[in-house]
Amino acid sequence: MKKPFPFASALIALVSAAYFLIPLYATFQFSLQMVRGEWSLAAYRAVFASDTFIATITYSVVASLVAIMIGAAIVVPTIYWVRLKLPRLRPVIEFLSLLPLIIPPVVLVFGYIRLFGSSSYLPLTMSDQGTNFLLVMGYVVLALPYMFRSVDNGMAVIDIATLTEAAESLGASRLRTVATVIFPNVRSAIVSGAFLTFSISLGEFVLASLLNRPAFGPYLVQMGQDRAYEPAALAVMTFGLTWACMALMQYFANRKPGSRFVPRLPLSSAKGISP
Amino acid sequence: MNFLRIAAVSKSFGANHVVKEFNLDIDKGEFISFLGPSGCGKTTVLRMVAGFETPSAGRIVLNGEDITALPSRQRNIGMVFQAYALFPNMNVFDNVAFGLKVAGQPKAEIAARVSEMLKLIHLEHLADRYPYQMSGGQQQRVALARALAPRPQVLLLDEPLSALDAKIRVSLREEIRHIQRQLGITTIFVTHDQEEALSISDRIVVMNGGRADQIGVPADIYNRPATRFVASFVGTLNMIEATVLDQSGTVKIGETVVSLPEPIVHRQQGETVSLALRPEAGSLTGDLRGDTALPGKVLSTHFLGSVIRTKLDVAGHQVSFDTFNGPETRLPAAGEPATLRFAARDLLVLQD
Repeated sequence: MKKPFPFASALIALVSAAYFLIPLYATFQFSLQMVRGEWSLAAYRAVFASDTFIATITYSVVASLVAIMIGAAIVVPTIYWVRLKLPRLRPVIEFLSLLPLIIPPVVLVFGYIRLFGSSSYLPLTMSDQGTNFLLVMGYVVLALPYMFRSVDNGMAVIDIATLTEAAESLGASRLRTVATVIFPNVRSAIVSGAFLTFSISLGEFVLASLLNRPAFGPYLVQMGQDRAYEPAALAVMTFGLTWACMALMQYFANRKPGSRFVPRLPLSSAKGISP
Repeated sequence: MNFLRIAAVSKSFGANHVVKEFNLDIDKGEFISFLGPSGCGKTTVLRMVAGFETPSAGRIVLNGEDITALPSRQRNIGMVFQAYALFPNMNVFDNVAFGLKVAGQPKAEIAARVSEMLKLIHLEHLADRYPYQMSGGQQQRVALARALAPRPQVLLLDEPLSALDAKIRVSLREEIRHIQRQLGITTIFVTHDQEEALSISDRIVVMNGGRADQIGVPADIYNRPATRFVASFVGTLNMIEATVLDQSGTVKIGETVVSLPEPIVHRQQGETVSLALRPEAGSLTGDLRGDTALPGKVLSTHFLGSVIRTKLDVAGHQVSFDTFNGPETRLPAAGEPATLRFAARDLLVLQD
């Protein structure tokens, strides 16, 4: 017998979707109305023509990428070591990784300014480089819960202890084991963590604004105060970027080892056992 | 000289003594099984040989070299794990080639060796497959090839068949034994399955509570168990208590006097002694097997296809015996009296 159509569930899904999609559509439509009486992409053109836009988005993209690299370099070896040698410490590390969700960014940044301000032993805020470094480290902290969870889940799926032992019994050093066995098997987890970090830090406002950095978040807010149509265009573009990040994350998370970005040609798949 | 010597090895995790004074000498090319229930320390001994655990006391000597403190990667010992532990990011070829690449062998030699190994396990056609594309049995064969590829001095198998279904288990264990004989590689096989251990080993080490209870060839382990634990763990056994009448070997079971083939040296007259009898050693039909008859009462009868298992009450002990099923077989029903016949020489005297 065919199941009856789930009207109630469909209605709830529809209402929830409308709650998100209608404002998004309204913003999109508004962004097309810059030129009176016609639909146009003038607002988008205006955004791209702005030097400040290019400068701030470049700054934020670079800062986010550096944050991803530092975050991965801290999180991956930590989780590997804790899971392998100190499993009893796992709850402690997990709790530490969740702290950024409890401590608001504004508290974090005031703490930084006090700790690394002009009168401190390490006056990082006194130079551009130092302040940039503080911002990146702030991003690393903000993204820590997501990076940690993503990589931790990745390592839970594979049995790292046994894989490490298998590699060592075959003569591999610890470094080689991590590089050739552990890292490739959690790569998709690191990539999903990276996309989450990217989408969080790209539009981040509080840290960038209070550290007075030329980042994309403060630029977005400034535009919102000064202009009408451009902020709408920027909002739509930011949405698009975040969703693209999510889609890429899904793709990498579900990718099987050995699969390519595009399917292999039949000719090259007929590889024999010789290398 | 022995190829692998495990001398007085102990291992404690905090206050928990997992392995106690374990001694074993293994000859080159021997197939040894560690048999015992979970928690008996068999895997811990294996892991100490592999170098994954460091002994709290004792020495491990391989081919004349003391390897007790040597890291596992320098031991040249191959290991196969219960959960296969193939590298998920590598295909079959790369998995098998891993140890050879680590050793820095030339590409052409690696290709030849991998192809030889894959031929050995009959999986040449799956070189391109990834672990998730293969069955458990295939994965374990690849794991075996991977462990053997770098020509290890010793092969360690940690319950390699436990995760497989019954049919594959039997065929793979025969394959493992065949390959082991072909390569003549010294092998330690850890299992809790007595049938597995009995069927493929040169010698078996039965472990209990961190110690080796008995070390011997399979037939000895089964026919002449040294301790009560070995007797009860390996095969099914009926335990019967008897009273010693004299130390030359005369005992009394219930009201029946039985002469044992060997004298009883460790018990005084009047003391109780535990005797054991395998289910296949007794008979309930009138075929007059053996010289001893004990009266009893049938408690229940279970039809198992080729075999009929009868539970009896004999001199206050519950025992069970197997009879081959045949068209003429008629066994007493529950509640009926029956006579259990066996040869006194089949009775095993157990030491505690």
